[in-house]
Order: sequence, then structure tokens, then C-alpha cells
Amino acid sequence: MSNSDKKKLSIISFSGDFDKLVAAFTLASGSAALNYEVNVFFTFWGLNAIKKKKVRSFTGKGVLAKIFGFLMGGVNNVPLSRLNFFGASPKLMTFLMRKRNVATLKELIEAAIALNVNLYACEMSMHILGLTKDDFIPEIKEVIGVVNFLQYSEGGERIFI
Amino acid sequence: MTFVKTKIELSKLQGGDRLEVLLIEGEPLQNVPRSATEQGFKVLEVSHVKDNIHKITIEK
Repeated sequence: MSNSDKKKLSIISFSGDFDKLVAAFTLASGSAALNYEVNVFFTFWGLNAIKKKKVRSFTGKGVLAKIFGFLMGGVNNVPLSRLNFFGASPKLMTFLMRKRNVATLKELIEAAIALNVNLYACEMSMHILGLTKDDFIPEIKEVIGVVNFLQYSEGGERIFI
Repeated sequence: MTFVKTKIELSKLQGGDRLEVLLIEGEPLQNVPRSATEQGFKVLEVSHVKDNIHKITIEK
């Protein structure tokens, strides 16, 4: 199958909420397993899922950016979009997922990486927060803006989560 | 997710190697053999283990 015949799915991961990241990575890994070309573009709150530091830390350039970096945190403290209960719910949800033998968010991210999903970080959001590529996991393929994202996602489905 | 995990394990194997997958009835049992076949893998056997657990043997 040539690249032009291959099905393509591109996901804009904006939300950064636990449940929405689960949805994004479930779609990404499931599609990749079915031989789709899959792109995930992390922007704004979505950047939290791909930071190297998985907990709250003063990351970024400048005092204000570091404060934002601390408040936003990393993948270990992404909130549930509803009923977050001061951060308890993602932990409870992860416990339930393990108990019911459902892939956790961590496992979904690992699966997406193992299946060669293309992970991109948003240049604009990173610039606002004073972040560099070094602040993110090494599996990030490229830091791109909207023009490159539109080019890379051309011809496929685009989903905003 | 069952097929995702299956696909990841299959990617680690050499041609001719076999993978046994334990899965439950319903959506996984319907989808994993079909998706494996569609992607060119050989489903050698589908058998019932116990209760609602089944075993599929796939050859790469």
C-alpha cells in the first residue's frame, strides 16, 4: 500500500483532561494498530501529556511561565474533565481501569509510541510558556505550527479533542 | 485495546513465529481474528479455554 492509499487520522489534543487524553490515545493507538498513519498534535493543555516531567515543576522561561508550568503540571496530575474532586478522580479512575483490565492512560501512551504514532508539539503554545523540545519526551517527532499540521494531516480525518 | 496489544506483540516477532492471545468473548473475540487476517497474519486456531475466555493462535 502506498502512502497515498494509507488511511490517515490526525488528532488535535487540546484539552489535556484525563478522560479526553484517554479518548485521544485510544483512537491513536487503535487506528495505528489498523495501519493508519496517525498524527497527534499537542497544543495548550494537551502539552501536559507529553512533558518530560510528569509531575508539577517550575518548567519554562520566566517567572510567569514557570508558575504556569507548575500549575499545569504533567501527565501524572491531569484532571478529570468533570468530578475531578481535587485530583482524586484520575487516581480512582486509573484504579478502576486496572481492576477491570482496561488500558490505563500510561499504557495507552506507551502503546501509541510502540505503534509509531507521530507525536507533534505546538510551537505557539511552547513559545508562550517558554518551553523547548528538551522539556518534552524524546518521542516527540517535531515541534510544528498550524501550517505544517495542516500539511501533515492533509487527505485524512482530523479530530479535535 | 486487545488488538492493539496483539499488534504490538506481533511486531516483536520474526516471520513464522506464533503468538497465543487470551481474550474474552464479545468484541475482542470478534475483532482480533478479523483484524489479524486483514493485516496478513495467519489465524491458526480459535479455541475455548474456560468460562468466557478464548485463545487465539496467530502466526506472523
